[in-house]
Amino acid sequence: MSEPALHPVDASSPVPQPERLVALAGNPNVGKTTVFNRLTRLRQKVGNYPGVTVERKTGSLTGPDGTPITIVDVPGTYSLNPRSLDEEVAYRVLIGAVEGARRPDLVVCLVDASNLERNLYLASQVLDLGEPTLIALNMVDVAEGAGTQVDADKLSEELGVPVIPMVASRGEGIEELRGAICGPLPIPTGRKWELDAAVEEKTNHLAQRLERDLPNLAPKQRMSDALRALTQRGASFFEVHHTPEFWAEVREAREALERAGVSSEQAEVAGRYAWITPLAGRIVRRTSQPKATRTDRIDAVLTHRIAGPILFFLILAVVFQSVFAWAGPFMDAIDGATVSLGDQVGTALPEGPIRSLLIDGVIAGVGAVVIFLPQILILFFFLGLLEDTGYMARAAFIMDRIMKRVGLSGRSVVPLLSGFACAIPGIMAARTIENQRDRLVTIVVTPLMTCSARLPVYALLIGAFVPAGALFGFLGYQGLTLLALYALGVAFALFAAWVLKRFVVKGEQSVFVMELPPYRMPSLRDLLWRMLERSKLFLTRAGTIIFAVAVVLWFLASYPEAGPKPGLETGNDEEQAAYALSESAMGHLGRFIEPVITPLGYDWKIGVALIASLAAREVAVSALGTIYSIGDADETSERLIDRMRAEVNPRTGKPTWTPLVAASMMVFFVLACQCLATVAVVRRETASWRWPLFLFGYMTLLAWVAAFVTYQGGALLGLS
Amino acid sequence: MTTLRDLEPGERGVVVGWAGSGPPIRLLEMGVMEGTEIEVVKLAPLGDPIEVKLRGYHLSLRKQEAEQIEIEPAGGPS
Repeated sequence: MSEPALHPVDASSPVPQPERLVALAGNPNVGKTTVFNRLTRLRQKVGNYPGVTVERKTGSLTGPDGTPITIVDVPGTYSLNPRSLDEEVAYRVLIGAVEGARRPDLVVCLVDASNLERNLYLASQVLDLGEPTLIALNMVDVAEGAGTQVDADKLSEELGVPVIPMVASRGEGIEELRGAICGPLPIPTGRKWELDAAVEEKTNHLAQRLERDLPNLAPKQRMSDALRALTQRGASFFEVHHTPEFWAEVREAREALERAGVSSEQAEVAGRYAWITPLAGRIVRRTSQPKATRTDRIDAVLTHRIAGPILFFLILAVVFQSVFAWAGPFMDAIDGATVSLGDQVGTALPEGPIRSLLIDGVIAGVGAVVIFLPQILILFFFLGLLEDTGYMARAAFIMDRIMKRVGLSGRSVVPLLSGFACAIPGIMAARTIENQRDRLVTIVVTPLMTCSARLPVYALLIGAFVPAGALFGFLGYQGLTLLALYALGVAFALFAAWVLKRFVVKGEQSVFVMELPPYRMPSLRDLLWRMLERSKLFLTRAGTIIFAVAVVLWFLASYPEAGPKPGLETGNDEEQAAYALSESAMGHLGRFIEPVITPLGYDWKIGVALIASLAAREVAVSALGTIYSIGDADETSERLIDRMRAEVNPRTGKPTWTPLVAASMMVFFVLACQCLATVAVVRRETASWRWPLFLFGYMTLLAWVAAFVTYQGGALLGLS
Repeated sequence: MTTLRDLEPGERGVVVGWAGSGPPIRLLEMGVMEGTEIEVVKLAPLGDPIEVKLRGYHLSLRKQEAEQIEIEPAGGPS
């Protein structure tokens, strides 16, 4: 991680800024996205914070007097104590310690009126930073529905900053908030809560030290910085920025408090809640007796002991079925458009390398990127729906016990299952996992789930080499084989997760504490916006790499150019295409890797198919078609199947393809990372090359070993 | 000592202390602290984690965390 300066020199500089920078902070599930979208009216930019995987969203709006205003969406957190990456980033954004960003002029802290006490915890931390702050009191309708009324005026009086009541989902209060954001900057009056006396004394002492060490530090920040230094456990990214003398004093203070039996962390939380609990009592008026809420009634069904899991699988089945069914026609259309565009360019241009580059390199490359969009759009629509309604947390609640076995949490279930459609949206969906280690492991094992691009390869091999009969008369061998391949993928994904959590991304077992937010009606606008945002990110970040890979693979398959095949009469295009491919760099690569794949039962022609399938797994099928001289082929092509059955390995004089070779190949495809698009997306999601390279390496190794065991083990058992 | 894990769904209690090495700060920040009233709502279908209600919101936590939370039982919902 890069190390932005903690206290930029301009933190306390009095130079007026022409543009107002506003940070929008708040707990998760308080409607932050809705407020952000409504304020900025989708004039937004999405990126990552430098060096980390946390998303940085900024938007712009214009004040009534024409002041340009930039809003930064701070990651949703329950606390500003940097214990997780999101909290770390949130804190940094608020104090202006992020590369290329200054300290915000104003913080808008979004607070859920129906869940006031826990929300005020974060608000109290924000207020302690001493920056101008506004409280946006959202969801007052939900609070009223639950029989409570929050006195916004009284809350404003108690906190010393303006409080704006809102129902963001209906747009109520948005104009008031917009006006307040552009208005005068309300400065909080100082800390309201009492810290344990012993901790208070040490904190004051440290704050004085900071005053000497960092005269540029805003006076109001000293106290909160000192308290943070005292309460954070273990090493943090912040240590480098204070003097060693300061840290020596912190250590001394900690030891002294420990000897006295005082925990500074507990003292901070207890102090804040000791202020918040009675405060909430003063401003929340109960208007009616609490009764079973709508959420309770829905949960009675959706997290029911028996109905819950059944509905979970039904909901997911519907989602993935829709992804398959709805994306199919669009993907076919994109495929068709790519081909017809290629044909049109083909007729317009003379035969030659330029035409080939345009059609088979550029146009096919763009097609290879765009083809993923229908699945990404549809899956993200559903994932957004599950997240915004609050069901995602229930899915995690239902499945947590199973995922705990392999060291993950229920949060990983939906991204993993999304991998059945396509690993790419699944990996992108892992953003919903708060724990960064869990998120990394989920990203790295999701490609083991059997995605739809593997199906054509399986269909070809099963159709060609698995008999059509049935076990007990009704369990078809072909269907059972397919099921076994899916099960193998799931088993290895879980196993890999277990190994990774245990040996690779080790660390303190995180506490799995998850809010179950009330069910809410999602906003179609927010859903559609997120779909577009995800697609744009995919196209700009991963799309460029996928495109480049497609063009490189085209070069490998086309060059060096082979002349006409000796002794071949002109007009036999299929034979000529096979000859050209076998003489190309890719053909040579196939021969080059032959010694490595011979133990798996493959020859160099299969090697060519393996290399070509790096563009996308299903390309393996058409590559086999080309190399076996039968031109365009798909997985149902009888000619291809006949040709494969007849193919003889010239070295052994025996058939190249046997059921055992097919089994070895299927196992290889279950486990291998034959998809550079996945590698590109992992690069984007983890903001480094380390994890994508690891992913590619471990999956290829795993696939090789498993295919080796399948082939050699099968041969030892006398199978063929 | 009764812990949160021992409560049946529908039962309530007040947090009175912490077993083991002290409270995870994350739980404290979510508002689970000495004196907080807490109600067990239900168990997940597979028996773990559990869903509890406190300070007017719902939280899920695993049994291993619930075991650390010492409770003074207060009977069923009033």
